[in-house]
Amino acid sequence: MPSATPTADAQAADSALPRVAQREQEGRQWTVATGRWTALGMSSVPAWQALSKSLAAAPPADDRAWDLRPIVQLDHIGAQLLWEHWRHEWPATLEMEAQHKAVLDQVAQYTVATPDEPPRTLADRIRTFSHNGPRAMYVMRDFVGLIGQLALDVGRLIRAPHRAPWRDFSGHLYQFGATALHITALVGLLIGVVLAYLISQQLRNYGAEAFVVNILGLSLVRELGPVLAAVLIAGRSGSAITAQIGVMRVTEELDAMRVMGIPHGFRLVMPRVLALAIAMPLISLWTSMAALLGGMLAADAALDISPAYFLSALPRAVPIANLWLAMAKSAVFGILIALIGCYFGMKVKPNTESLGRGTTSSVVTSITAVILVDALFAVLFKGIGFRG
Amino acid sequence: MNTAVNNSNDATVVDIRKLWTVFKSADGEQVVHRDLDMHIDRGEVLSLVGGSGTGKTVLLRQILGLEKPTQGVVEVLGQEPGELSASGAANVGMLFQHGALFSAFSVLENIAFPLRELKLLPDELIRHAALVKLQMVGLEPQHANKSPSDLSGGMIKRVALARALIMDPPLLLLDEPTAGLDPEASDSFCNLLRGLHRELGLTVVMVTHDLDTLFDLSTRIAVLADQKVIVSGTAREVIAYPHPFIHEYFLGGRGQRALEALHDKPATEQHAPRPEAARAER
Repeated sequence: MPSATPTADAQAADSALPRVAQREQEGRQWTVATGRWTALGMSSVPAWQALSKSLAAAPPADDRAWDLRPIVQLDHIGAQLLWEHWRHEWPATLEMEAQHKAVLDQVAQYTVATPDEPPRTLADRIRTFSHNGPRAMYVMRDFVGLIGQLALDVGRLIRAPHRAPWRDFSGHLYQFGATALHITALVGLLIGVVLAYLISQQLRNYGAEAFVVNILGLSLVRELGPVLAAVLIAGRSGSAITAQIGVMRVTEELDAMRVMGIPHGFRLVMPRVLALAIAMPLISLWTSMAALLGGMLAADAALDISPAYFLSALPRAVPIANLWLAMAKSAVFGILIALIGCYFGMKVKPNTESLGRGTTSSVVTSITAVILVDALFAVLFKGIGFRG
Repeated sequence: MNTAVNNSNDATVVDIRKLWTVFKSADGEQVVHRDLDMHIDRGEVLSLVGGSGTGKTVLLRQILGLEKPTQGVVEVLGQEPGELSASGAANVGMLFQHGALFSAFSVLENIAFPLRELKLLPDELIRHAALVKLQMVGLEPQHANKSPSDLSGGMIKRVALARALIMDPPLLLLDEPTAGLDPEASDSFCNLLRGLHRELGLTVVMVTHDLDTLFDLSTRIAVLADQKVIVSGTAREVIAYPHPFIHEYFLGGRGQRALEALHDKPATEQHAPRPEAARAER
């Protein structure tokens, strides 16, 4: 690229820029090309603009003669530019060096109409549409198969516990559980604070400040804690599971395992599912605790409800059944997140795009599943855990 | 940058002086290159040869500017490779071992990518230029809309080569160009490289373990051992150099067979050259 300062260097370089000029000779209009017609030579904005302007002044016409002899260097991009300018036809009169002619010849020979993708017809669209229907069925079928396989694997584990991949299991337990403690605690605490402030604003209008304990306790322990934890873990561990297994597919590690006779279900899926089934309720409990702590502090600050009162009122407001319900729900969330992660990981095709898509689908699907299952739990257990 | 363009007429394309590469790890330092000197002239096809861990690929990456040497100077076309990468594909083309095609793009988009990124040239020109390169590497125009995952290993290498050459760089680096190709595909790839080298006046630096490719293409062979270039020259000169690595590498069983093909000796019963070696000589 030419520097802006008008040094001798820049001027010397300027003369090397690709240009065309007009010349009148023997009653004919000659166009003379000079400079370096290379990709590098025209890859700066000023050089390209100057070149396209001077080319526009020399439109291809029958009586126009071209002199390319002064060109210092011509590469395929430069030749392509000339060829496009001539609209894929040789000019009537052309003078050029033999080595440049060879480059132009090659470009002329290989420039063909771009093969376009055939446009999608209505039949194509219908076929795609009809294909997508059964595919949803296949997904369901595969997923049911995965659950069945998991049941068989757990049976195998119970029959021969000493053969199980306990090391993997403890590793996953640490990865999914212990390392998630910070983030879940932080998010839980903040949600607790925000909720308590919001509720206290409303309750103060009715003079019902003391009920903040009931509302916070019930909503956090029963609903928000488990769902919040599950959404965080779906984003954190669900995507990790998909990416891990997906990369194993890309690098053919999954095939290597199968060749060695090691079943994927028993070795890859089951330890992850069991680890999340155990870690998830604990994390959900931990998140609820952090949120209650945040709520307690905020209630103290906003409504002058002392932590001592908060703690003594909590067991009365929230029956212990809610905690058991939350834990059971969380175990189901954990199993679902791990299974969905494994499923999309196994479905990854060996390319980067598929890996990215698989990870996204895994997270989106598991969050949706978590919320659907939560709604199901709410309907099924609507008679449990409330003080009548 | 223009000065670089002007300098590029000079004979030296790559100049490496007093290069040190030291990898630091928990267990201490590992010296890969010690006072390594290397010059590559315009128009050469230089092959880098050495045992594993002698830093051949590291040297390629340093020429590309992907890694900084611990000490010493690497100059490509009279510039530090770091500055060079700004104008990227117009100066250096690189063929990565596994192609490194962008799997989200079609073949044609892959080849056109460096030109598109300039955001300067008209679309039509770019598409035609990419099609020209596609055919120059021996592929058909109807392959243009395929996605990289639909290609065979040989085709991936060809597309990657077309992408490396899209802006006609004067310097082309190849990392194991024929690794993973069947004998026929690697032969035709060698022919393709030889043809392109002649047509485009390229300077080629390659790392290869394939002795047939090595003898077939190289105008010069540089042997990396003992943390430096112990010898560089024609195949004959290199083989004559007394060093245990060279002895083992070129004069072992595989080397003998490849050499036989090189000298076109009549094949004997027990020393019949491998078929691909015979073809390479053609």
